[in-house]
Amino acid sequence: MYAQMIKSEATQDDPEKLAAFQARIDAGEKIEPKDWMPEGYRKTLIRQIGQHAHSEIVGQLPEGNWITRAPTLERKAILLAKVQDEAGHGLYLYCAAETLGVSRDEITEMLLDGRMKYSSIFNYPTLNWADIGAVGWLVDGAAIMNQVPLQRTSFGPYSRAMIRICKEESFHQRQGYDAIRKMAEGTPEQKKMAQDALNRLWYPSLMMFGPSDKDSVHSAQSMAWKIKMNTNDELRQKFVDQTVPQAEYLGLTIPDPDLKWNEERGHYDYTDPDWSEFFEVIKGNGPCNVDRLAARNKAWDDGAWVRDGLLAHAKKKATRQHAAE
Amino acid sequence: MKNEWPLWEIFIRGQHGMSHRHVGSLHAPDAEMAIKNARDVYTRRNEGVSIWVVEANHISASSPSDKGPLYEPSESKVYRHPTFFDIPEEVGAM
Ligand SMILES: [Fe+2]
Ligand SMILES: [Fe+2]
Repeated sequence: MYAQMIKSEATQDDPEKLAAFQARIDAGEKIEPKDWMPEGYRKTLIRQIGQHAHSEIVGQLPEGNWITRAPTLERKAILLAKVQDEAGHGLYLYCAAETLGVSRDEITEMLLDGRMKYSSIFNYPTLNWADIGAVGWLVDGAAIMNQVPLQRTSFGPYSRAMIRICKEESFHQRQGYDAIRKMAEGTPEQKKMAQDALNRLWYPSLMMFGPSDKDSVHSAQSMAWKIKMNTNDELRQKFVDQTVPQAEYLGLTIPDPDLKWNEERGHYDYTDPDWSEFFEVIKGNGPCNVDRLAARNKAWDDGAWVRDGLLAHAKKKATRQHAAE
Repeated sequence: MKNEWPLWEIFIRGQHGMSHRHVGSLHAPDAEMAIKNARDVYTRRNEGVSIWVVEANHISASSPSDKGPLYEPSESKVYRHPTFFDIPEEVGAM
């Protein structure tokens, strides 16, 4: 998902405190920043919320790429609003992570030097306008699948950030579906572009949910802590079941010849993505990893004088005010 | 932390809201910029008509471990609620 393969940290705390903490979570209470919490819970959450925040921010790059080239002024305004929302999502989540004792600069630097990751999906390129439609439809669609249950997560600030985010996500998915629908219902050439975008983005979207349950070793602790609400395969299945009819409506074909409805299970059977490709992308070898990190580093470095200048100005103003009082 | 902008807590009063409510936080060099940023981050969909910003380190909060001593005393004082008292129907609305 936006947070993939989050390792839960081992915890070495007083067993009595641990039991009381777990009891609070089991009773559905929210854990707040000043409450006692196991070190492992804190560290795992910093990593998970941080990765989620980084994904919102890096996720602006593939879409920002098309703002100046949107086909109409209306589409441009919509895409601009969508990308601006993603900046907001990043901010809500960074603030939630900061309540756990990590500073904004620290967490930003961990992204910039590669110590922290962002979702694998944003290492794929957006080659044309159809991709922008497909990203809203599929990528935001997959994100919603994960974020809706996370509204009930045990950590208060994370839960509140998720609630805000979920309110805004539905617009993102709908504008994407609307954009790709225009193309699917357009000229044969446009329809071909829409199909091509689906072909390229389908499996990377499935990868967003993380490795298959049989290979995902860190889930149990996170699920007990209610910072992971569903298994990867559960959410992936839900996404496939939801998306197939949406593709059918558009007259587009999911690029999976083995995809078929399984009457017995009440779900679609589908082909897993190529997991070796997923692990390569995670390791830094996807098509855009280098570009994405370079763009974030450049923005951070180029913005340094603005951050420093505004702070110096604020300090000077405060001193002057002090002197006048 | 070298040169990080301070953290501000943001409070917004909605169109029909009775009071400002905490909506989240953000970093800004000063109060003026905090208000501008809060407008961009927290009122993109008509969520508010008034913004308050307070530097986070100026906020003092009660401690979670004081929950018992602080709030338990009010649990036993049910007579503070009007429903505690039976008023005869004949008396009319009260
Ligand atoms: Fe988002
Ligand atoms: Fe989104």
